[in-house]
Amino acid sequence: MHILIIEDDAETAAYIAKGLSEAGHSVDQARDGKEGLLMGMGNDYDVLIVDRMLPELDGLSLIKTLRGAKNTTPVLILSALGEVDDRVQGLRSGGDDYLVKPFAFTELLARCEALARRREGEAAETELKVADLEMDLLSRQVKRAGQVLDLQPREFRLLEYLLRHAGQVVTRTMLLEHVWDYHFDPQTNVIDVHISRLRSKIDKQFDRPLLHTVRGAGYCLRAPD
Amino acid sequence: MRPTSLLRSSTFRLALIYMALFSVSNFILLGFIYWSTASYMARQTDATIEAEITGLAEHYKTGELPGLTNLIRERLARKPAGSAVYLLTDARYNPIVGNLLHWPTVRKSVGGWVNFGLEYQGWRGRELHRVRARRFLLHGRFHLLVGRDIHELERNQHLIAETLTWGLVITFVLALIGGTLTSRSMVRRIDAINQTSRDIMSGDLSRRIPTNRTGDEFDVLSDNLNRMLDQIESLMRSVRRVSDNIAHDLRTPLARLRNHLERLRSRTLAEGSDTAAVEQAIHEADGLLATFSALLRIARVEADHRRERFTLIDLPALVRDVVELYEPLAEEKSQQLTLKLTGGIQVDGDRDLLFQAVANILDNAIKYTPSNGRIQISLDHSSEALLQLIIADSGVGIPPEAREKVLQRFFRLESSRRTPGNGLGLSLVAAVVKLHGIRLRLEDNGPGLRVVMGFPAATQHPADLKRPESHDI
Repeated sequence: MHILIIEDDAETAAYIAKGLSEAGHSVDQARDGKEGLLMGMGNDYDVLIVDRMLPELDGLSLIKTLRGAKNTTPVLILSALGEVDDRVQGLRSGGDDYLVKPFAFTELLARCEALARRREGEAAETELKVADLEMDLLSRQVKRAGQVLDLQPREFRLLEYLLRHAGQVVTRTMLLEHVWDYHFDPQTNVIDVHISRLRSKIDKQFDRPLLHTVRGAGYCLRAPD
Repeated sequence: MRPTSLLRSSTFRLALIYMALFSVSNFILLGFIYWSTASYMARQTDATIEAEITGLAEHYKTGELPGLTNLIRERLARKPAGSAVYLLTDARYNPIVGNLLHWPTVRKSVGGWVNFGLEYQGWRGRELHRVRARRFLLHGRFHLLVGRDIHELERNQHLIAETLTWGLVITFVLALIGGTLTSRSMVRRIDAINQTSRDIMSGDLSRRIPTNRTGDEFDVLSDNLNRMLDQIESLMRSVRRVSDNIAHDLRTPLARLRNHLERLRSRTLAEGSDTAAVEQAIHEADGLLATFSALLRIARVEADHRRERFTLIDLPALVRDVVELYEPLAEEKSQQLTLKLTGGIQVDGDRDLLFQAVANILDNAIKYTPSNGRIQISLDHSSEALLQLIIADSGVGIPPEAREKVLQRFFRLESSRRTPGNGLGLSLVAAVVKLHGIRLRLEDNGPGLRVVMGFPAATQHPADLKRPESHDI
């Protein structure tokens, strides 16, 4: 993936750039809003990582300008302001996702990959598939190796999200935000219990597991190698 | 103002005591005035009679009987007649001269003084007048009686007594009215102080006691209390700010530490070594980060007095979402989770924060209820004014003396020290309910804990009013 980081704090920028390069992505950096806007308009990036507070041109104005120019590159906003209305404001101005500083790098990576993927296949799909696991979105039926699985509505949505992000790491926060649609901090890892329930339905009777736990980050649904 | 509160007020009691003292002293004073006036008037009468008898006796000595009778006649003929009473009789009490028809029958006489009644034919009918008189024996041959009709005198005395009694009654009534009025105004001002104190105790530290701006002792007291509250508030704020700043400042290096640990783990993993120690360190860092972000979240919710983010929330749906999220946790502990909802009620609120609050309460209920226990969640909307969300469990419960404290940051019960958690869950709940004006009660469920969230009536809306019209034309 080709990623542009627009961040004035050199330390943070270097740290993100290093991590993304290590994960196999090519990274460009911009130090202020103006430079970032020019670079973002001039090149075709897969994801822009934009800090909210920037010199010359602030992050939200940058995104608005970009969207005004019909540029649809997915934008991940980074911000020290973490309240829900800050988040809403960020997303309204055209951002696609919002990450509050400080963040775990795995969270940033997972979200970047999810954003890039969304751009690729946002077309109205009717069927999602990983290995022998199939989901029919119209009849709302899930099959593995031709065998129909009985899923609760929430399990269906959970699996749908995982299938849409197959091969990527999905964090617990991402699941809470997208499957449950609430921004909150669970005191207990409730998501783990839901995942293990889902796992018992889709993986238990089969030889090769599809749903994997990624230590310290989240989960990943992927086809066996 | 209720009359009972007036009666119980110390000011009013003080006014009553003052009134009683005042009345008693007034009574004594007026009584003394009456007594001295009345006795002075009586003495005056006696002295006049005495002087007259002495005068008549002198006259008898010089002018014998005819001179005396002449003098008495002369005196009786005086106009106006006055109140004088004379009677001169012989040794056998046959009248010689005087304005009495016969010698009065007297039961008792003290030192020659007698009191007797006299009937008059007045213009209002028969009147009984009292007469005070002295008898005198002239050389053993004649009886002389000189007296005064004291009817007027007694009437005057009576009038004075009556006036004084009325004075006493008026004093009493005025004192009662005055006492009531002063104590009412005092009670009202003290009530204002009490009301403010209650508000402050229920959590609104920004309240201040109103002052009259007259500079009286109540204003001084209120000012002092207000200044004290200012100090307490600023102290509390600075304590909070310190803890929030610590949380804020430590969060960034901690996140960096966590990222380093993550890198370390992937390197260890690449080298094929055991990552357990690094995993543990990452887990600890995550716990610390969660604590700090919870602290900051509480701080933000508490600082946030705006309700701009409030939207209409389908409360039963929100509760159902929480229950749905936590139900597998309860199932893991074989707990019986029952949900009783009455449909269709919307409240004003912050969706994420309300979800967080209900989730934290349910999370605790599951955590502190043993396996096979019961947890009941119900939404009570039995009347218009009443909307309560009740989460009751059959767990260990919270002892009554600790129910206030569990809402404080980092407070954990001795019995729950070994359960994972940071002691911030209920603090966040407390902050959220305060922002929403929800009354939070922790009660005994015998056994277990019963958490009651009472939603204010003003924030409720029947859902069907807000539901979009479904029919098209």
